[in-house]
Amino acid sequence: MNIPADLKYTNEHEWIRVEDGVGIIGVTDHAQGELGDVVYVDIPDASATVSKGDTFGSIEAVKTVADLYAPVSGQIIEVNDVNGSPEVVNSDPYGSGWLVKIRLSDPAELDGLLTVDQYKALVGA
Amino acid sequence: MKTTQFHAIHLAAGAKMVSFAGFEMPIQYPKGILHEHNVVRTGVGVFDVSHMGEFIISGPNALALIQRITINDASKLTPGKAQYSAMCYPEGGIVDDLLVYHRGDDYMLVVNGACKDKDWAWVQQHAAELGDVTVVDESDDYNLLAVQGPKSLDTVQKIADQPLADVAFYSFVTGTVAGVPTIISRTGYTGELGFELYFKGGADVAATIAEALFAAGSDAGIEWIGLGARDTLRLEKGYCLYGNDIDDTTNPIEAGLGWITKLAKGPFNASDVIAGVKEAGATRKLVGFVMRSEKLIPRNGYPIVLNGEIIGKVTSGNTSPGLGTGIGMGYVRADLAAPGSHIEIAARNTTFPAEVVKLPFL
Repeated sequence: MNIPADLKYTNEHEWIRVEDGVGIIGVTDHAQGELGDVVYVDIPDASATVSKGDTFGSIEAVKTVADLYAPVSGQIIEVNDVNGSPEVVNSDPYGSGWLVKIRLSDPAELDGLLTVDQYKALVGA
Repeated sequence: MKTTQFHAIHLAAGAKMVSFAGFEMPIQYPKGILHEHNVVRTGVGVFDVSHMGEFIISGPNALALIQRITINDASKLTPGKAQYSAMCYPEGGIVDDLLVYHRGDDYMLVVNGACKDKDWAWVQQHAAELGDVTVVDESDDYNLLAVQGPKSLDTVQKIADQPLADVAFYSFVTGTVAGVPTIISRTGYTGELGFELYFKGGADVAATIAEALFAAGSDAGIEWIGLGARDTLRLEKGYCLYGNDIDDTTNPIEAGLGWITKLAKGPFNASDVIAGVKEAGATRKLVGFVMRSEKLIPRNGYPIVLNGEIIGKVTSGNTSPGLGTGIGMGYVRADLAAPGSHIEIAARNTTFPAEVVKLPFL
């Protein structure tokens, strides 16, 4: 299982990489493996202002559907249109399968997220 | 948790195992459900469905027992023929759906794994009331592999001692597969050409058959297929899944199983209730629907609504790999059940448009 060391993680199996105050967010390799084949990512409001923990969308996979939770507060500034080839969420969850960018309103929230070691412990890796 | 005789083989193939019907069963293998689905539609795949139950019915009243407890007309069966049927409670709800095999000297009922214990109690109870009939639960003895897909005939034929090309749908022959005595049945749950192989024996026998099948099917790209793809395959064909689309609260008429309900055969469990439903017309009907939004895959339990009013409930739903859109089945009010009817599926605090269509989906 791929768990990059340079990311922060959540208990809901999302990852975030912050560059210049903008968080790039996706689901982890563990999450895509549990979901199985992803067929649609639905993010109804592509410019939503979200609070940490809010549901901002959902991932439809063959086996099940999963909610997407904001790992940080802020405004969604970009949505990755993966629905032309949603399998990239499975094949490249940390790269071309990223889901949204959120401009952080409270960067201090990052301290509350899981480190790579904490996330490894969560998924038993 | 029980395991089938193929358990070690599934693990070696990298299966993701889940608890199902009291068994640890493969839900998918590493390449995933969509891949497995396409393998069965275009080539050949093998499902281990050994969790299903097999009851052997014999004795002077064997046929009388089956006629009493099932809704189809088993008197039409001749040796070598099988029949899709269902058992009903006196109130009209469905105990289980099943296959009835006429084996010449006896009958074999094949029931859902998740229903096996209650089905066995139900069969035993009616056998005791009727008398002159012997019922034996051979579920633990029988292994069952479903070999399905357009290349299934070529594959199984290579290792079977019986000619299979002329075995008609819902017919079976008894012979050997890889030297193992096997009931070779031209049946399945995928809508494809396919065979179901019933044979007895332990893990060594299971390994013998599996090895021979995979050698015979290697040119055709044979693969193991899990329960996940079994669901997408059967849903595209509009086949009912017990526990989802039919259960003890649904009667055969509203479930669209009127075609296996043979009132003319004489009284059977629930025949009076079913006759009443047929006479009055069902108040709700099981329909197929196609999503007219790509955003939602319908799932079991989602409400079906129209203009803010709940008119039914989704019983099965998934993405259709063949159609590239979400499809589902569910019960709706009878006046909204006609193909072409606009309905909406409620989920995520909103609704998504869908259209009632004729089954099967493809």
